[in-house]
Amino acid sequence: MMYYSRLRLLGVAGVCLLGVLLCLPNFLKAPSSSLPWRQIHLGLDLKGGSYLLLQLDLKSLEHDRLLSLQDQARQTLLDHGLGYRDFVRDDATQRLSFTLRSDAERDAVLSTLRAVPTAVPNEFQVTATGERIDLVLQHDAMLSRARDAVAQSIEIVRRRIDATGAIDPSIAREGDDRIVVELPGVSDPERIKTLLGTTARLTFRLLAPNPTAASPGSTMLEDISTHTQLAVQDHVDVDGTDLTNAGAVIDQQSGGWAVTFQLNSTGASAFGNVTRTNVGRRFAIVLDNKVIEAPNIINPITAGSGQITGGFDARSASDLALLLRAGALPAPLAVIEQRSIGPSLGAASIHAGVISLAAGFILVVAFMVLFYARFGLYADIALLANLVLMVGILSLFQATLTLPGMAGMLLTLGMAVDANILINERIREEVQRGRGVLQALQAGFDRATGTIIDSNATAFLAHVMLFVFGTGPVKNFALTITIGIATTLFTTLVLSRLLIVRWYAVTRPSKLPV
Amino acid sequence: MLSRPLFRFVRDGQRIAFMRGRHMGLIVSAVLSAASLLLFFQPGLKLGLDFRGGIVVEAQTSAPANINQLRSALDQAGIHPDAVQAFGSDRDVRISVSAPEGADREARTQQIVDRVKNTLAKAAPGTQIQRADAVGASVSHELFRNGLLALGLSLGMILVYIWVRFEREFAISAVLTLVLDLTKTIGFLAITRFEFDLVMVAALLTILGYSTNDKVVVYDRIRENLRKYRTMPLRDVLDLSINETLNRTLGTSMTVFLAALPLALFGGSTLTGFATVMLFGIVVGTSSSIFIAAPLLLLLGKKRLRPSGE
Repeated sequence: MMYYSRLRLLGVAGVCLLGVLLCLPNFLKAPSSSLPWRQIHLGLDLKGGSYLLLQLDLKSLEHDRLLSLQDQARQTLLDHGLGYRDFVRDDATQRLSFTLRSDAERDAVLSTLRAVPTAVPNEFQVTATGERIDLVLQHDAMLSRARDAVAQSIEIVRRRIDATGAIDPSIAREGDDRIVVELPGVSDPERIKTLLGTTARLTFRLLAPNPTAASPGSTMLEDISTHTQLAVQDHVDVDGTDLTNAGAVIDQQSGGWAVTFQLNSTGASAFGNVTRTNVGRRFAIVLDNKVIEAPNIINPITAGSGQITGGFDARSASDLALLLRAGALPAPLAVIEQRSIGPSLGAASIHAGVISLAAGFILVVAFMVLFYARFGLYADIALLANLVLMVGILSLFQATLTLPGMAGMLLTLGMAVDANILINERIREEVQRGRGVLQALQAGFDRATGTIIDSNATAFLAHVMLFVFGTGPVKNFALTITIGIATTLFTTLVLSRLLIVRWYAVTRPSKLPV
Repeated sequence: MLSRPLFRFVRDGQRIAFMRGRHMGLIVSAVLSAASLLLFFQPGLKLGLDFRGGIVVEAQTSAPANINQLRSALDQAGIHPDAVQAFGSDRDVRISVSAPEGADREARTQQIVDRVKNTLAKAAPGTQIQRADAVGASVSHELFRNGLLALGLSLGMILVYIWVRFEREFAISAVLTLVLDLTKTIGFLAITRFEFDLVMVAALLTILGYSTNDKVVVYDRIRENLRKYRTMPLRDVLDLSINETLNRTLGTSMTVFLAALPLALFGGSTLTGFATVMLFGIVVGTSSSIFIAAPLLLLLGKKRLRPSGE
């Protein structure tokens, strides 16, 4: 096809103009806040900052659920006047089992346990084999719990990070049990790592009647102020989820730092009940399976507020208050990957990327003019349009650009002229076969198109794989190349062809510059 | 001045008898690839942080760095780094520590990176941390597996694509050629001691895509010429097709080479290795398009593509 209608001309010009417009926000300030001003984001490797990959400990989630189920089952059986012996917990098979007090109670025990209310339907199955009763946690129910736990963790991670004052953090789920945290501008994430690595599960539990030896229904936990082991009951009397507020204060009596807390009405009434009926016993404040302090209950506490003094300094008291306000994580989070870039290295990388991009662009442009004269110039114009469109599309999607991404752009430019080379070589061959100018152009375009599509398709496949399996900067590299292949098809098959056709239509040459 | 090209790689109508050197080309390629395989096992690739796990901290000291003093300070802090070395200027120091073993290794990996930073801050006040990476063992195994998976699947998809668009012989020769290219690049990595990490996998995949592109163009011409010259022996068809596409093959290689060259020169520590390997891959890919891909096709397709004989 050697003729372009006015409409198509306008269309091509329009696309190029749109590309330029989409690029503008990267270089200019928004004239008014109502305009959509979409920019490319610089990756952490270019502007400095930290990338943290967190993994949720699902094993501990299952363990916690098994523990609370055991407590729930015991309580239910006692409430119904049913007996049990030899109640054991097996984390590996996610199973609880006990022996019946008498065979006669079997049906009552089974129906009572099956009626235990759960947050997730069909969370566990109750079966009887002889005298033993088994409660087994169900896989599907645990999966749905895990999904909820990750979603909940993301929310809590966000609250904690926002409380540190980090700017523009990005927090996202990855896979089944991971969370990616990106912190632009935070090149030393040590404090955030510590904050995120703390589960901050606060519970108030009574000490066992004999606090120095483990007994059924209680666990030995370390008291961090005295470094001794205390037997703390597994039954949780008041849970940190009932907390409404927490703050760091200076304790009036000792002059040291303390953390005050305020409970909601549920928490306050539970707290009141326990302290009323257990005056004289010790009440442990447990944070992440460590006893912070275990004071004696002197008077019932019904106001729903209290104070934790546990050898804090200003930093640890305010961090604990922050953690309590943000809420506890449903399971421990572990940092399994950290990548931090300082701001000056980021600036050096931008410099390196821009210099390379400019130098590579100039080299390719110069080569094309030397190798193909006028048609090389047209290829260069298409190349410039290609760069503009790539930047435009990346801006439109507000994509992130990393240093490998810039390398991807540059390599795209190197590969893009391949299509022009294929067309030009074809035209040249047709000229040598003795075809006229028009026929040579026509045949050149037509024959090269199939080859161009084939060769770009294979490169496209390789980079889609890289996009799927790569992470971080490498994914970005694959993204820019994939976008680049699309823009290349447009600029070479449509734009540079149009330039050649217009040149032919205007000058009617008797000879081709190939 | 825009009326005609200033230079060409080969003059028009040039007919170089590439097929005459086909045995030589295949033997040289096979020997190089075999040697690369040996290098792959001994000394092997130098795995980067992505795939080996561990800690790398890059710091810039305020005065020329005293490497020995930093090393002993780290040793005293119980960190025992694998390497404390200068790179770039005499104020840039890179400290690498291997991933700890045993229980709780993920958590300890993360603690070490903070301890390295604190030790540096004490031993050389005013030091700026430029980069602090810590990759746990589970992540590094996963990244490695995904990298290999991406390479394998790409090769598979290229095989299928060429099979569908061309014929079986083309697909098999292309993938064999690509495997030969890849092994040589891996040998190059083993010799140059560039770190093999995710960015390097990206380089390998780019070379793969680029090299395939090159082969597709030559094969495309071979297919066309097979139809056009029905009586020409396969060997001559291959020679003709390589010659006809030679300016294009060299031209495109040149532009990609020119694009990658500045990255190798100015790309900084992240991209220098990547771009150097790219440059090597471009040279290998271009020569294999000429000397390997077509001879393999002659070897595999003698009977089927042109049954009347060579």
